[in-house]
Amino acid sequence: MEERKSLHDPVLEVEDLGVQFILENETINAVNDISFKLRKGHTLGFVGETGAGKTTTALALLRLVPHPGKVESKKIEVCGHEVTAMTSSQLEKYRGNDVAMIFQDPMTSLNPVFTVGQQIADSIMLHQNVTSAEAKARAEQMLELVGISANRAGEYPHQFSGGMKQRVVIAIALACNPEVLIADEPTTALDVTIQAQVLNLMKKLRDDRRMSMIMITHSLGIVADICDEVAVMYAGRIVETGTLVEVFNHTKHPYTEGLFNSLPNILNRSAKLKPIPGLMPDPSNLPVGCSFAPRCKYAGPDCTCAQPKAHWFSDTHMVACAAYQREGFAIDRPEKK
Amino acid sequence: MSYRNETLQSQITGSKDIPIPKRYVRQTQTRIVLHNLSKNKGAMVGLFIIMVIVFIAIFADVLLDYETDVVGINISQRLLRPSWKHPCGTDDLGRDIFYRILYGARFSVSVGVVATTIGLGIGVIFGAIAGYYCGLAEDIIMRVNDIVSAVPSILMGIVIVSALGATTFNLMLAIGITSIPQFVRITRASVLSVRNQEYIEALYASGMSEPRIIAFHVLPNCLSPIIVQATLRIASAIIAASSLSFLGLGVPVPAPEWGSMLSMGRQYVRSASYLTIFPGLAILITVLSFNLLGDGLRDALDPKLKK
Repeated sequence: MEERKSLHDPVLEVEDLGVQFILENETINAVNDISFKLRKGHTLGFVGETGAGKTTTALALLRLVPHPGKVESKKIEVCGHEVTAMTSSQLEKYRGNDVAMIFQDPMTSLNPVFTVGQQIADSIMLHQNVTSAEAKARAEQMLELVGISANRAGEYPHQFSGGMKQRVVIAIALACNPEVLIADEPTTALDVTIQAQVLNLMKKLRDDRRMSMIMITHSLGIVADICDEVAVMYAGRIVETGTLVEVFNHTKHPYTEGLFNSLPNILNRSAKLKPIPGLMPDPSNLPVGCSFAPRCKYAGPDCTCAQPKAHWFSDTHMVACAAYQREGFAIDRPEKK
Repeated sequence: MSYRNETLQSQITGSKDIPIPKRYVRQTQTRIVLHNLSKNKGAMVGLFIIMVIVFIAIFADVLLDYETDVVGINISQRLLRPSWKHPCGTDDLGRDIFYRILYGARFSVSVGVVATTIGLGIGVIFGAIAGYYCGLAEDIIMRVNDIVSAVPSILMGIVIVSALGATTFNLMLAIGITSIPQFVRITRASVLSVRNQEYIEALYASGMSEPRIIAFHVLPNCLSPIIVQATLRIASAIIAASSLSFLGLGVPVPAPEWGSMLSMGRQYVRSASYLTIFPGLAILITVLSFNLLGDGLRDALDPKLKK
């Protein structure tokens, strides 16, 4: 932990990133002006409900936003390279080598017609100048590393269980020692016991290799388990960001509060869940003011006229909520020590 | 980071001592398909006959002397009925029909295979482009494809062969070109379903270039319908070749192409029907075998029928 704190240089810096999908009759604002930094060895968690723009943000980092999407940014800098200025051959070198990505569903993220060993070796040979025999040997090492016996390298994905497939996907992603690993809901398709195995494996590999990681998830439990910093996303914006302790114990944003309130409480099992009322706004027709205002119980007239300004509680803890301009405002959720 | 649960960790990292059964490692896709295919009696019969025909086609020159057995004219032996000496009789120039049919396998098989390869090669490339890159490229390819497939294939074949001249290669070319549209369509349909799979997106994320993804990852996933189509297409190419030869536009005489043998026997169809029956049977058996094999392959490659 001490070593990781001492490295302050961000490996990944994003400023004012926006992604729009321009269709014939509407424009969908998937991501709006978000900025964040990721330090070496740290893990940043993106939390938010479906459609909050988490995956689109991750795809924008790899410049993989699908066709009608338009990416605008002041800066997307990864390991000192500006991603938006890369040519397509530079991009091919950058993807997988500097930044690797793990996709949500391990059932469909492996090619069914090749053996898993071939697929890992393929990814190694793309980025490193090795012979196919060396790549094969490395692929077997990678399999052992993620806890799959090397003699199964010759098998096809359909012969593996879901958890093992996700470990193969992790092996492919880590085969070239990337600086940053983006994990897009890596455990959503797995059951909880396998989730625990996969998360522990990812933690171990991250610490062994001092990798930085971006963890995209719905689950606050996974964030608490694995992340150092958290960014809460809502309707394409980061509404609250800070260290794990700041966001979890000193929650400031009403939306984050709502997320915590909708979790069941193990100490009071008979208590009713308190879901956030309403639905997320239509991304093609976002409100002028705070996107969360229509669902927010603290919302006042000041919330609906303009985008809330960032309110900094510490160097790392930012909240985008206009209510903090009012004197003595505080949310209901008590602070924890 | 320390682990609270040691057993969990050993599950993750220490699976070395669990023995893996050997048969598991060896069960590749090809083996499964071959196993399914071997259970289909019709397909195995078809495969056996095809192997015999291919064997005859390859060794026709060793088995027969082209100048004397196949094209050598022997007027004294003309129009003999089938007998032990001439199992299929002789034609109006005294040539043994049986030998000519054996030698003719060479033309039919080579035309079928080469024409299908031409159609397959061109069709798959354009089909993959059309399926993978939507938009203008797809529109142009598919509309041209519609135009080509609107022309009846025999007419198209006649046009191409008359324009280029009646040689064996031009016949292959003509039949190959007429089979392109089917391959374009079938490839495009499969590529469309594969290109949106998550593993293709994952390959982009691992930094693979687009042509490589298409060639090594998208196409192999589209292979099954293409293989089936190719097998069935060989059968129709053989029929097309025979039809064009029947019309005098195929393999030039006196080479013993089955279609042109039918055409020559036509004038004796009342008095010496064996001149047309046996070449016709040869075409029928060959085409039937390819169709049986194609049907069997289709069933074997269809995962829904897996038991």
